Amino acid sequence: MDKPYNNKAWLLVIPVFLLVAISAIIPIMTVVNYSVQDTFGNNQFFWAGTEWFQDVLRSDRFWNSLSRNLLFSFIVLCIEIPLGIAIALTMPRRGIWVPVCLVLMALPLLIPWNVVGTIWQIFGRADIGLLGYALDQMGINYNYASNIFDAWATIILMDVWHWTSLVVLLCYAGLVSIPEAYYQAAKIDGASRWSVFRYIQLPKLRGVLIIAFLLRFMDSFMIYTEPFVLTGGGPGNSTTFMSIDLVKQAVGQFDLGPAAAMSLVYQLMVITISYIFFTVMSNVGVDKPDARVED
Amino acid sequence: MANRVSDTKVAETTAAPANVIDTKNVRASNRFARKSVSRWLVPTLYIVFLMLPIYWLLNMSFKTNQEILSRFTLIPDNPTLRNYAVIFTDPSWYTGYINSLIYVVMNTTISIVAALPAAYAFSRYRFLGDKHMFFWLLSNRMAPAAVFVLPFFQLYSAFGLIDTHLAVALAHCLFNVPLAVWILEGFMSGVPKEIDETAYIDGYSFPRFFVKIFMPLIASGIGVAAFFNFMFSWVELLIARTLTTTDAKPIAAIMTRTVGASGVDWGVLAAAGVLTIIPGALVIYFVRNYIAKGFALGRV
Repeated sequence: MDKPYNNKAWLLVIPVFLLVAISAIIPIMTVVNYSVQDTFGNNQFFWAGTEWFQDVLRSDRFWNSLSRNLLFSFIVLCIEIPLGIAIALTMPRRGIWVPVCLVLMALPLLIPWNVVGTIWQIFGRADIGLLGYALDQMGINYNYASNIFDAWATIILMDVWHWTSLVVLLCYAGLVSIPEAYYQAAKIDGASRWSVFRYIQLPKLRGVLIIAFLLRFMDSFMIYTEPFVLTGGGPGNSTTFMSIDLVKQAVGQFDLGPAAAMSLVYQLMVITISYIFFTVMSNVGVDKPDARVED
Repeated sequence: MANRVSDTKVAETTAAPANVIDTKNVRASNRFARKSVSRWLVPTLYIVFLMLPIYWLLNMSFKTNQEILSRFTLIPDNPTLRNYAVIFTDPSWYTGYINSLIYVVMNTTISIVAALPAAYAFSRYRFLGDKHMFFWLLSNRMAPAAVFVLPFFQLYSAFGLIDTHLAVALAHCLFNVPLAVWILEGFMSGVPKEIDETAYIDGYSFPRFFVKIFMPLIASGIGVAAFFNFMFSWVELLIARTLTTTDAKPIAAIMTRTVGASGVDWGVLAAAGVLTIIPGALVIYFVRNYIAKGFALGRV
């Protein structure tokens, strides 16, 4: 890197630092404060030490919602990443259909998250929804509000509907940036369609795929609004993911101590994953000039 | 001949950072673009899958509740605008849209204005703790909103900002400012440093150079960052709902009102949903070629 070292650059960063610090550090300090205290009402607080953390880490409730969330993220990634690559590979590269495809595919990404939930809530109902009605007519007993399997299937389908386009768009951008020379060389060598994918396209997609993978993992790990609107965490607790559980505890039951301790554990996991993300991203940035030269 | 080649090269390298999906590269894999059925079948099926639920919502928004609940029709029997009329004539409905737009625009403005100089600092200089700072910003983009719901409520209550547009706009800065810094930094790094140096030699002061020369160069980057800020503020509900009660309530939260004494007003709910899709659908056209770059935080 040939950037000059200049600490005056800090002056340019200060507005952002203050703006984000107000929204991030003060709230986190509040959470830390709650996580080590207990209250019996009347705004009186007592030191509780690490009690809440021990409670949270020992509770089945925490581990259940964590494992549900991890399972959900795993399934969603297994579907969305390969599907996204496949669709990006078959998308047209030129002509009037390119903008049409891009705009239509990006549309689900821009719908407010609770409206996504509402759309699928309606779509899946057997009495008024297209999907529910069609399944009902086929003789399949489908009800996402009472059957655990149906609820999961609907939430996963909804997430695939909502976010696969993100993977498609990223892969598409990666694919169109592959120089034509690569394909010409492959043509001369008589490479098969599969070898072109395996040895040219896939390596060139590495960068965008890492970004897509991590963004999808992070966002599915924090999912709240869509399943909350669709199933409200039910039936029972079967679709209560981490965020839903946390909001239930903090706002619904007002259990400040356990909720705060859970928040911090949750936040710590996210920061760890972010750190991995950041390290990987920095490396993605490093091999970028390379790609430019080959261009 | 050699001259022409180098000219096009220069033109390409300066244009490259701004154009992600560039026509020059579109030729690329054309050899493999065989005109077989599978090539258009897969994207078509996928788009049909994407459009079906939206079509159903649109379809429902033109039906009467009686038709929705009694018959199953793919196209409304008696198309009606009644559901939209309800929304556009009832202030408690349409102010929801106005509220959402106000805080989204406020947030986008604050985020971009704050992020521009910071992104410039990150793209041009090294300084004490720059890497840590950048990571810390990113970790906020990834912070689960659920963690912040309660502390945000208390923080903004303490300042008496609850139920104001400003509260939501500031709260959304938590994830939008880092996003804007990342996207802008990606675009700025694509502008050669020689441009800055030449401008300083020509006697431009930093603010004048930044506004007159640099900002026009990264105009597309500013557009993309603004679009993404707009979008993420528009789709977020959890924080927006928590910080507002009546005066600044976003449309997304008002939609839950359709559950009345006589059951759910499905027609109005569908119409409200359709109306929330429209702003996104309108702006998406302008940034269609940069969507991927924005999602990849400027790194495609």
